Amino acid sequence: MAYLIAGETGDWEVVIGLEVHAQVISKAKLFSGAATDFGAEPNDQVSFVDAGFPGMLPVINRVCVEQAVKTGLGLQAAINPTSVFARKNYFYADLPQGYQISQYELPIIGNGVLLIDMNDGTTRPIGIERLHLEQDAGKSMHDQHPTKSFIDLNRSGVALMEIVSKPDLRSPEEAGAYLTKLRSILRYLGTCDGNMQEGSMRCDANVSVRPPGSTELRTRCEIKNVNSIRFVQQAIEYEARRHIEVYESGGTIAQETRLFDSGKGITRSMRSKEHAHDYRYFPDPDLLPLVLDPAMVERIRLTLPELPDEKKERFMRDYALNAYDAGVLVAEQSSASFFETVAKGRDAKAAANLVMGDFFAALNASGKTIDDPPVSAANLGKLLDLTADGTLSGRLAKDVFALMVETGKAPDVLVEERGLKQVTDTGAIEAAIDAVMAANPDKVAEVRSGKDKLLGWFVGQVMKQTQGKANPGVVNDLLAKKMQG
Amino acid sequence: MRELTKLTIAEAGRRMAKGEFTAVELTRAHIAAMGAKKGLNAYITETPELALEQAKAADLRRQAGAVGALSGIPLGIKDLFCTKGVQTTAASRILEGFTPHYESTVSGKLLAAGAVTLGKLNLDEFAMGSSNMTSAYGAVENPWRSQADPGTALVPGGSSGGSAAAVAARIAMGATGTDTGGSIRQPAAFCGIVGIKPTYGRCSRWGIVAFASSLDQAGPMARTVEDCALMLNAMAGHDPKDSTSAPVAVPDFAAALTGDIRGLKVGIPAEYRPDGLSAEVAKVWQQGIAWLKDAGATPVEISLPHTKDALPTYYIVAPAEASSNLARYDGVRFGLRVPGTSLDDMYRKTRAAGFGKEVRRRILIGTYVLSAGYYDAYYAKAQKVRRLIADDFATAFETVDVILTPTAPTPAFAIGANTDDPVTMWLNDVFTIPTSLAGLPGLSLPAGLSADGLPLGLQLIGRPFDEETVFRVAGVMERAAGFAALPEGV
Amino acid sequence: MSLDKATVRSIAELARIEVAEDELDHLAGELSNILTFVEQLAQVDTEGVAPMTSVVAMSLPMREDAVTDGHQAEAVLANAPEAQDGFFTVPKVVE
Ligand SMILES: [Mg+2]
Ligand SMILES: [Zn+2]
Repeated sequence: MAYLIAGETGDWEVVIGLEVHAQVISKAKLFSGAATDFGAEPNDQVSFVDAGFPGMLPVINRVCVEQAVKTGLGLQAAINPTSVFARKNYFYADLPQGYQISQYELPIIGNGVLLIDMNDGTTRPIGIERLHLEQDAGKSMHDQHPTKSFIDLNRSGVALMEIVSKPDLRSPEEAGAYLTKLRSILRYLGTCDGNMQEGSMRCDANVSVRPPGSTELRTRCEIKNVNSIRFVQQAIEYEARRHIEVYESGGTIAQETRLFDSGKGITRSMRSKEHAHDYRYFPDPDLLPLVLDPAMVERIRLTLPELPDEKKERFMRDYALNAYDAGVLVAEQSSASFFETVAKGRDAKAAANLVMGDFFAALNASGKTIDDPPVSAANLGKLLDLTADGTLSGRLAKDVFALMVETGKAPDVLVEERGLKQVTDTGAIEAAIDAVMAANPDKVAEVRSGKDKLLGWFVGQVMKQTQGKANPGVVNDLLAKKMQG
Repeated sequence: MRELTKLTIAEAGRRMAKGEFTAVELTRAHIAAMGAKKGLNAYITETPELALEQAKAADLRRQAGAVGALSGIPLGIKDLFCTKGVQTTAASRILEGFTPHYESTVSGKLLAAGAVTLGKLNLDEFAMGSSNMTSAYGAVENPWRSQADPGTALVPGGSSGGSAAAVAARIAMGATGTDTGGSIRQPAAFCGIVGIKPTYGRCSRWGIVAFASSLDQAGPMARTVEDCALMLNAMAGHDPKDSTSAPVAVPDFAAALTGDIRGLKVGIPAEYRPDGLSAEVAKVWQQGIAWLKDAGATPVEISLPHTKDALPTYYIVAPAEASSNLARYDGVRFGLRVPGTSLDDMYRKTRAAGFGKEVRRRILIGTYVLSAGYYDAYYAKAQKVRRLIADDFATAFETVDVILTPTAPTPAFAIGANTDDPVTMWLNDVFTIPTSLAGLPGLSLPAGLSADGLPLGLQLIGRPFDEETVFRVAGVMERAAGFAALPEGV
Repeated sequence: MSLDKATVRSIAELARIEVAEDELDHLAGELSNILTFVEQLAQVDTEGVAPMTSVVAMSLPMREDAVTDGHQAEAVLANAPEAQDGFFTVPKVVE
């Protein structure tokens, strides 16, 4: 079942590690009081600290620290009681201080684990190497002027969590599952909004290949800043195949940083990062060691919500859902709670089918979100109730659901207005059966001589006569009796 | 009017309170004196209009009965402190034309105490130097001249050379300085004034152009111990904008000048008697010990065994931090830009043109000692030795209350001397650097004159956040020394 | 440690300071002297000594998460040698 790429000389295994930069949800920046909102006018959300002015000093934002701790707890990771901020020194137009304040030897969060959910319902643990806090750089725009780049420092100093996985991922699919799950956890925790389009979650992928069964780690290439899960998967696949081609033609891979060109679906070497980096990390003398109060960590632990894995387990246990269904329902906190509202006091399997089937389809088609759904959870629940008490047949329920989407009305109102109530009155059904039997004496004879299969045809005809409102159970019973008699 | 410039801050304050003269009169006297002393090159930027405005405001406040501790006192500000609306250069070409939109915490506190600011004082470029010869705005002359060679201009010391020269020449009643490895104390000694580098964390670093963040500390320079105490009262205090600023209450430093040091133990470190120590300096040190004994204190021989390691430690730590702190001078957001064919070319040309030789040298050394493969051998090693140096002091302070040493191994030297070899120049700071590395308060006061008539300073080192004891002992020594000599033309 | 010209060239490149080719020899000499001087530290026994990164005996103070700064684009750009349309501008970077 392992994902392998067939080359000329044999199969190859892909080894992937992901570095995710997740923007911390906070009002102000990591080391300054400027705002973090997306989409402001250029250089509007900039303090002199963010712009690296002479004499300016960093002071850390407590909430950013708490968010990192919360994320660490959500990743079942070691919370380091003491961590150290270090300067990563390099020159770049959007790096105003000439260094990035990051964490190097002692990050705030150590080893953790993340369970990825595969499409076949299985899960696999992926190691988290570390999570550290650091400041974002500004933004350079290279397409505004023929000879100049434009620099906007609004992002400069925004808090990021760099979450580094172990090189445990083995396929583009797993990489996708990792990112999906990580985003889900971050959103549950409320520590990052996970919006890859706006850049609040960005991914660098480290890719190498090796023969299956080998434990060596060959030279990896880092693909920078890929901005959607699909692109990450494409980039990994492209890069892996490139490595295989190079190895199979006797070449070697140079460790380098590459860019993914989503238009062409290829990766290419980043020229601007060509000359060797020597970041000269050292502890930032403007900042003291960050010492976490154990009471603060415990306080944060108490605020942790039920996370996707626990919720999934509970859904499987309490609602008897299979792993796949439970996994789909818990991916977003809002869909999980929507489902729970629908399922409360009802048949959970039926609720899951309705939510994941007709409801998700309608949600997709409507372009709405689960927070502003085309049909409310309460009304979906009522629809299930109307089916359960026999008011609606399965078919009718589908029709009513379509009307609910169309009109926004409650199912009981629609049933009333449109007279869609299922007919269980045996007299009316009997009359319909009699009429159908009378009109088709030859088919009646065939049934009576043992051709049971035709019974279904009779049921269909009777339903047609009653505009679908007849209770199919009653129709079946009466029809069987009449055929005998 | 001229006599007004000779007053101490304390005396001027008392006499203004009595209404004997106004802040405007006091300020005008200083502005006139500044005009007469332009040849010293002590100021990079003079702000007489601003000073007069501030003086007028101080007089009005005094009339209204609202008087700050330094109300109407004309001071000079080292041009390393960012001053709102006033050009700030760090004595470097790379900050050419830079006018901050903010006021450093320390200079802001002085303004809030009612001080009048006469201008921005010259310094070694980015505070890197011990002679004020590295300034892009030219060397500063020490107002003192050697009796043996009165035709030769001497250095005022550095890096706060403009501050020391201005205070000594009576063209500022006091000045701010910064001290990273001796930059307040050594120029104070060379110019015959008092200066104190307080405990690291006592004064906010916010708004001061950074040289070496783990060492930089602001402090006052003035003509008496009491004046330094008054200024430090205004300058010190916790600042939430500086993460290394200590949340420690500020005592009344002037009140610590009780004159009573009976029973105090004064450490005399054996290691501060190196071979190259001038006989005159050794003599004045002995004199200082005698004064303290006379006042009822007990000299105690102590050992600070890692003293000789301080200089090399400093010349790894300080350049390393500086190489990173000075990376922001890149021609993009402020200061000098030299056009280039690419971003990197612009960086290289701007920084080559903007930094002087000493700054360039230190950036390159700092870059090297942090670079891959060398970090452990240099930077990490230096950080370990730094702890040993700090531990030496901690051990000493288990038995003594204060430590007395010379401030500098020699008196002021001629402008242009000691420039061939940077390491020789650095030896000027051999007695001040250990204190900086340990983050301790150190004060220099004038204790006597060399045979050539040049001031010689002694240094008092205290426990962390115990500037009070340092001031108390300094006050006693100041009275014993009775240092009354004046430099040329004052 | 004696630095050669190539090393000085690469340090200068890391520090983004242009050094003329004919200055390299002299600078290498100066820097080598300094390194020789500081290398006397190798003699100091630092076995088991933890590096001292700060003399301040306290942990990192934290500020509250509130927007207290920014909204001053004009002041931020006021000292820029070159700016346009609210942006700092630099020679075009090719990625
Ligand atoms: Mg990274
Ligand atoms: Zn990062």
